Amino acid sequence: MNMELSRRTFLKTSGAGIAGTTLGAFGFSEAEAAVAAAVKPFHLVNTTEARNTCTYCSVACGIIIYSKGDLRKGEKADIVHIEGDADHPTNRGTLCPKGAALRDIVKSETRLTQPMVRKSGSDKFEPISWDAALDKIARAMKDDRDANFIAKNKDGVTVNRWTSTGFLAASATTNETAFCTYKVVRSTGMLGFDNQARV
Amino acid sequence: MTNSWTDIRNTDLVIIMGGNAAEAHPCGFKWVTEAKANRGAKLIVVDPRFNRSASVADYYAPIRQGTDIAFLMGLINWCISNDKVQWAYTKAFTNATFIVKEGFEYQDGLFTGYDESKRDYNRDTWEYEIGPDGYAVVDDTLTHPRCVWNLLKQHVSVYTPEMVERICGTPKEKFLHIAQMIGECSSPTKTMTSMYALGWTQHSKGAQNIRGMAMLQLILGNIGVRGGGMNALRGHSNIQGLTDIGLLSNSLPGYLNLPTDKETDINVYMSTRGFKPLRPNQMSYWQNYRKFFVSFMKSMYGSAATAENNWAYDYLPKLDVPSYDILRMFDLMKQGKINVYFCQGFNPLQAFPNKAKLAEGLSKLKLLVVMDPLQTETARFWEDHGVFNKATPASIQTEVIQLPTTCFAEDEGSLVNSGRWLQWHWPGGSPPGEAKHDTWIMSQIFLRLKALYAKEGGAFPDPILNLSWNYKDPGEPSPEELAKEMNGSALVDVLDPVDPTKKVLEAGKLVSGFGVLRDDGTTAAGCWIYSGSYTEAGNMMARRDNSDPDATGAYLKWAFAWPANRRILYNRASCDLDGKPWDPSRKLIEWDGSKWTGYDVPDIAPTAKPQDVGPFIMNAEGTGRLFARKMMRDGPFPVHYEPFESPVANVIAPKIVGNPVARVFPDDWKQFAKTGTPDFPYAATTYRLTEHFHYWTKNNHVNAVLQPQQFVEISEELAREKGIEKGGWARVWSIRGEILAKAVVTKRIKPMTIDGKTVHVVGIPIHWGFVGAARKGFPANVLTPFVGDANIETPEFKAFLVNIEASTGPVA
Amino acid sequence: MFPPIPNPSVAPDAAKPRFGEKDIVRRSASEVTPPAERLTEVAKLIDVTKCIGCKACQAACLEWNNLTEEIGFNHGVYENPMDLTPNTFTLMRFTEWENPETENLEWLIRKDGCMHCEDPGCLKACPAPGAIVQYSNGIVDFQHANCIGCGYCIKGCPFNIPRISKVDHTAYKCTLCSDRVAVGQGPACQKACPTQAIVFGTKQEMKDWADFRIKDLKSRGFDNAGLYDPQGVGGTHVMYVLHHADTPSIYAGLPDNPTISPIVDAWKGVTKYVGLAVMGFAAAAGFLHYVVAGPNKVSAEDEENAEKLTEGTAPPPPDPAQSQGNTQHGSTP
Repeated sequence: MNMELSRRTFLKTSGAGIAGTTLGAFGFSEAEAAVAAAVKPFHLVNTTEARNTCTYCSVACGIIIYSKGDLRKGEKADIVHIEGDADHPTNRGTLCPKGAALRDIVKSETRLTQPMVRKSGSDKFEPISWDAALDKIARAMKDDRDANFIAKNKDGVTVNRWTSTGFLAASATTNETAFCTYKVVRSTGMLGFDNQARV
Repeated sequence: MTNSWTDIRNTDLVIIMGGNAAEAHPCGFKWVTEAKANRGAKLIVVDPRFNRSASVADYYAPIRQGTDIAFLMGLINWCISNDKVQWAYTKAFTNATFIVKEGFEYQDGLFTGYDESKRDYNRDTWEYEIGPDGYAVVDDTLTHPRCVWNLLKQHVSVYTPEMVERICGTPKEKFLHIAQMIGECSSPTKTMTSMYALGWTQHSKGAQNIRGMAMLQLILGNIGVRGGGMNALRGHSNIQGLTDIGLLSNSLPGYLNLPTDKETDINVYMSTRGFKPLRPNQMSYWQNYRKFFVSFMKSMYGSAATAENNWAYDYLPKLDVPSYDILRMFDLMKQGKINVYFCQGFNPLQAFPNKAKLAEGLSKLKLLVVMDPLQTETARFWEDHGVFNKATPASIQTEVIQLPTTCFAEDEGSLVNSGRWLQWHWPGGSPPGEAKHDTWIMSQIFLRLKALYAKEGGAFPDPILNLSWNYKDPGEPSPEELAKEMNGSALVDVLDPVDPTKKVLEAGKLVSGFGVLRDDGTTAAGCWIYSGSYTEAGNMMARRDNSDPDATGAYLKWAFAWPANRRILYNRASCDLDGKPWDPSRKLIEWDGSKWTGYDVPDIAPTAKPQDVGPFIMNAEGTGRLFARKMMRDGPFPVHYEPFESPVANVIAPKIVGNPVARVFPDDWKQFAKTGTPDFPYAATTYRLTEHFHYWTKNNHVNAVLQPQQFVEISEELAREKGIEKGGWARVWSIRGEILAKAVVTKRIKPMTIDGKTVHVVGIPIHWGFVGAARKGFPANVLTPFVGDANIETPEFKAFLVNIEASTGPVA
Repeated sequence: MFPPIPNPSVAPDAAKPRFGEKDIVRRSASEVTPPAERLTEVAKLIDVTKCIGCKACQAACLEWNNLTEEIGFNHGVYENPMDLTPNTFTLMRFTEWENPETENLEWLIRKDGCMHCEDPGCLKACPAPGAIVQYSNGIVDFQHANCIGCGYCIKGCPFNIPRISKVDHTAYKCTLCSDRVAVGQGPACQKACPTQAIVFGTKQEMKDWADFRIKDLKSRGFDNAGLYDPQGVGGTHVMYVLHHADTPSIYAGLPDNPTISPIVDAWKGVTKYVGLAVMGFAAAAGFLHYVVAGPNKVSAEDEENAEKLTEGTAPPPPDPAQSQGNTQHGSTP
């Protein structure tokens, strides 16, 4: 739907009985380029747009991420602004105070940027490589699973469960991440598996 | 949600109770303001606080937290007594006419079959009488004393307006005003919508709160229609999706569930699931359970799932308890029985009740793995932050690995909104530093674990070694690959069962919908309800055509809604028995003499004749349930139970504390304040503020500016009584812990009179912790009790007891 | 629903501003040649009765304008910050009001910020040439390069809106997102507003829309519902729909009948722009201070600074302890 057109039509036919001068006429005598010294330049010029969905609640507002650099061209992309998507049927471009400040959660000072480990009894996190961290995790899982896996219950029924390790899944990840997570966790026989829906 | 956000524009009356949509879902609440502005709709808010939703409501009434069932049963009682029932709908589309087994009774707050020692019921009598034809017996005249309608009438009769006032503290005239507004929606051409959220779920009887409103909506004829429905607002951006895909202790994707120890083989397992119709000619959709189950197992285990090994049935773990939910896991953790724990984008130290118990549990783990885009309190539970988090790191042996993940802005894929829309999104930024996608992390863990089992052997390696993992890059499956896997595809040529010379689907092709799925191992689908979301025609979730013919709010070409792109569930119920819309001005679908047509995808077979098939095909009855049979642990009808911590005894059943079947661990009984204790005289409740999202946005500078510091809200009366000043410090403590917070003294909270006793409410926003940009504070779960809902174990965060006094604030 | 404005374009040609220097109708302490053609007037309409106080407007404003506000404290109320600041151009103000007629509690929530007066008191009071301009579409904008931080705009403003930055010592307020409006967008606050309590369009559209809203309110028993477009300042380009338009002041002190201080008018009458040029700008500023704030508040230091300024020497660096209105610095004319 062309929003500009829709706005024109609406203004003419609305219950408000607005005559319909519309936005195009925001006083702009058909845009002969005005001397702009006075007005701040529009800072989204030459940015790249990506359609995304707000990460917070389940209203799932449509958003547009404006970045310097284009991921589709293999470039690094630095987000400069996030704004509501006017084409989205639910939010029509609007955002709440969390959504309107999304850029600052992406760029939060408390974002994590490298794997860290806090050793037994230590009072600090220390950097660890991805490989070392992942090896440690897989080893700990296997050791615990081998030691505590219950193949049969006391009645001799095959139960194949693992209850001494648990996994809490995120509720802001995608379905695809969720399914990948599901496959990995469930295939181990883990039962202490839950997500935020429980809260 | 049965409906969608954009459908709310079609309503005549909005009731916000058990939620605070303006505060927690502002952009969805827009559709309430649209219904008001364009349809003249009215908004009712019922809440312990005059909140942001109330600020734009047409009518507000206070209610004491934890008493919603009394209010809702009171409304049903009032509607029945005043003939505000949509009779044609109720008789045809609910189980009002069904006869309940002899022996079923309700007395003094309990139903037949209660066993106090087990805190559980024998639910055998909570069923229909089955006739000689094998179908449930019904009485269309509604005169049989044991028909559901008469049992309901009797059950709700105690909840008079006077009783509602005694229990809820809602003045009788306010209750009656609301009852009248709601009663008008029993007209076939007037519709009410219910918007609720955690204000109803976070109780020891949360599921019954919601049932209470669902029952009311059924007798008003408001389910399945435009502008009606039961609309769970839902919290996180993909909490719906994670539930759909079954990332819960006892779930399989698509609302299938895990076997229990009693289900020793697949036949026993299937026998309790493929429900036979309870009425002649009914469609009972779960009869297809086996197709969905087998297709799921094929998706998980490919060629390792065969007819011979019962589709790898033994690869699934069996449950010896109803669920290893989070509360149970933390209780086991505290007992030292959990060794490794993963938190993927989850901050349980803040999100579950009784922080002290949680921290004790975490400190007994061998390894805690946290994957998150942000720092969390959970990852730093061992760190000393003075009064905000007392800890002695040297004495805590838990190893913690913290892995940086990407966030929404850096990944691609689909999220499911409250209205069940699966919407695809694209990345807009590069991940910071070494942050990685969760799919990469999970794959890396899996591949390493698989390699260890391949090399070393070990406990039952089969499901790990045989897990289907056919991705272009096994180290990081792409979102498209995973989406297609959930949608499902043909493994070999799928033939028409009626005419096997016809090919329905060629091997390797994506299924167009779940109707194609088979139970013979010829199809695979990771999550049957998502079938149709990624088909041979492309990624349906990425569709962006926002056209909306006749402005119904359906948006059928925008993204994809499960199931089958249906936007309003039970939409068959929007028409009368002959298939004509109850309200022609709000037509949704219609029987044209040979098929169903209209604005939405019909939720029965397109050629199913209107007189034959009931609208609720997921129920074996074909109807909505006023009487829930044995499906709820705490009763087929909702009963008012007090919260586990309450300022007053239960008026209708004084001996019962809390919900009589809710699970309570032994340690936690000792940590409940006694009913009416002078030590903890005030009724506390926790909630969100619009400026913040849980424990995330305290990491965001802008949101920290908008609401920088922890506070509690109290009435002017309580502030005077306690000498607490507006903007001064207050100490709030429960039997489990204490917090220090600024005091917001407000006219928006008023003392209530409960059964003659004055009860003060203390409101506690939840958003603070010791990490982030906002000022350090205490999470509300320092105070809250460790007990969950009797059916699904959602913690009772909304109603508990505290004390309060003026304070000088935290010493740095 | 008021139809949304289409998403912004990122293409360079779409970003050419559609108004600018040539559309200035007023310029502080200067004469301007009025443009041949006046642009259609724009306005932002804030429907207080639809506002849920979510502060999305505050967040969007901070974000769009890249403003960094300080993280404050809770003071026993929902407001934060407690007042407008050089970084907080817009602020939700909350009032718990018990309606004496119905005895119902009403939570009145008003988005405060610049009203973009048709007859702007700030501009009239401003002694610094070109520090404040008004475009013919009604937007009143500050030009920081020309601002001397004297604070007279605050005194001239009947709504107490501008604030002086302690960092660069110039005055700040809402620009009505002139950078967005110039490319056909609405202000950031308007775009974000979840319930469309804020809408934006031509002034006539906004008045018509307000009528539509007022009808709905009257049908719900708000007999005094009405539009706030105060004529004492010639009308405004930010207007409110109020449920109780007969008593604007219950909305956190919204002026019942705002007017420009007669002293500001007097000063204009005496000096006009020519007067300023003759007197020398700083001395003029001193005079204005005299007429606005009264003689007892002009310190010796002010006089001294004024002397130095007229002689062309720079004043000493401003003392943060000094009140904002007494701080003088910046460029000389």
